[in-house]
Amino acid sequence: MSDKEALPLVVEVDDLTAGYLPGVNILNSCSLTARQGELIGIIGPNGAGKSTLLKAIFGQVKIRGGHIRLNGEDITGLKANKLVARGVGYVPQNNNVFPSLTIEENLQMGLFQNPKVYTERLEFVSGIFPELSPRLKQRAGSLSGGERQMVAMSRALMMDPHVLLLDEPSAGLSPVRQDEAFIRVSDINRAGVTTIMVEQNARRCLQLCDRAYVLDQGKDAYTGTGRDLMNDPKVISLYLGTLGADAA
Amino acid sequence: MPANTNTHRSTGLHVGEIRPGVAKVDPIIIADNVSRSFGGLKAVDVDHVEIPRNAITALIGPNGAGKTTFFNLLTGFDKPDTGTWSFDGKSLAGVPAFKASRMGQVRTFQLTKSLAMLTVLENMKLGAKDQKGENFWVSMLPWLWRKQDEDIEERALKLLERFKLDTKKDDFAASLSGGQRKLLEMARALMSEPTLVMLDEPMAGVNPALTQSLLDHILGLKEDGMTVLFVEHDMHMVRHISDWVIVMAEGRIVAEGPPDEVMKNPAVIDAYLGSHLDTDLGVVTGRISLPDVKEKKK
Repeated sequence: MSDKEALPLVVEVDDLTAGYLPGVNILNSCSLTARQGELIGIIGPNGAGKSTLLKAIFGQVKIRGGHIRLNGEDITGLKANKLVARGVGYVPQNNNVFPSLTIEENLQMGLFQNPKVYTERLEFVSGIFPELSPRLKQRAGSLSGGERQMVAMSRALMMDPHVLLLDEPSAGLSPVRQDEAFIRVSDINRAGVTTIMVEQNARRCLQLCDRAYVLDQGKDAYTGTGRDLMNDPKVISLYLGTLGADAA
Repeated sequence: MPANTNTHRSTGLHVGEIRPGVAKVDPIIIADNVSRSFGGLKAVDVDHVEIPRNAITALIGPNGAGKTTFFNLLTGFDKPDTGTWSFDGKSLAGVPAFKASRMGQVRTFQLTKSLAMLTVLENMKLGAKDQKGENFWVSMLPWLWRKQDEDIEERALKLLERFKLDTKKDDFAASLSGGQRKLLEMARALMSEPTLVMLDEPMAGVNPALTQSLLDHILGLKEDGMTVLFVEHDMHMVRHISDWVIVMAEGRIVAEGPPDEVMKNPAVIDAYLGSHLDTDLGVVTGRISLPDVKEKKK
């Protein structure tokens, strides 16, 4: 969206190369930027490196080349705990709650670096996920997939992040819950949180985000506003497919 | 939820009036009074359901409706508190998972279970049934099983190509991404040449363009005489390939019927599909105004 073009860059990923196994790079000089308050979508084929990109930004993958900057400051290779303290929140794809802990304890875990503000943050999070507050004493392991996703997102929001990294927030949810999750992501973003979201539900993702990147083989292959990508014939044929095109 | 009582269209799959638990012309699975509780929660409480043979049936329903638990019961991965069910005319109650799979009923999992420290190709070859080399003595005599092994490998490679995993065949399954593991599991299930394939959210995490080509593959399975039962949240997929849709909520079968009719059922829309299914979320959230969308469509 043009109104966000003048805003300062919050996340800059520059020519990033990273991987897990020796000699195998998952990301191959991948670049991405996110401006303040933007909602950025990342879509792409399976194994393109979408989740790895988020993990690399969050210090979970060894970086072999390139730079990551947060508010202009180099954070390449910085560990996750340091990033959380600097206001980066991350919600992984799977296993994203502590199943043996209660919802409340899960939320407290998100805030262990600054437990004093618990009540205040809980109030904010309850505003976005009202259904959690009456169930704080319930074990997270007994929750359904959608509810776990809510707990994981709430936990990431406890530290009051200004950057939120979301890995497939809609995965495994029923259509009505997916839409709710997307609407909530939009609400969180509108509250001023710069959001980078990896999504497999590409159409929904493109409908919401300000700008999006199509990753292919570890590189940012296409970028543009969500609307432009949604109508780009190349992106459609390589990635979106035509199933459900009429719906959008 | 009220029962879906539409009788106008005949799909050739059911007998009589469409309602939850309706009899099928040629059922492959018949389940009666199957229930399973976890503590105080009744996760599955199915009075009667029949799955039509040689058709693609979708099982949909809200999160926590008991779809996966029902899958686990039918496939012998979990034991029900009560109930009986049969597969292909043979009772399956109490039959363990590995035997059910030998009888021709295979499944995949929502959270994938690939053998991480085997390669993709090895994972695939494990899926094939009745391998001669499984016998201890025969395994010592390679000439007895080499030909079969080559055939299996050829079949595995063909499937891997179809599932766009051929370039990964020598990589450890652990190195695959989430979506690729899903694909591997589906391909491995097909290695056993089953009569009934049960897929638990097969397309979750698989990219849309590949989904589309895999759907054609699933339609092909039906033409080859296979029966497919799948759990899925992607309504475009359900609409595109399924012949029959069964809706579960709170452990019960609450509606069934052909996809178009089930998706018009107000109770299903309310509890499951949501009112935004075919609308643009950018508009719903006010991130984009309506005229913008119309302009783009031109």
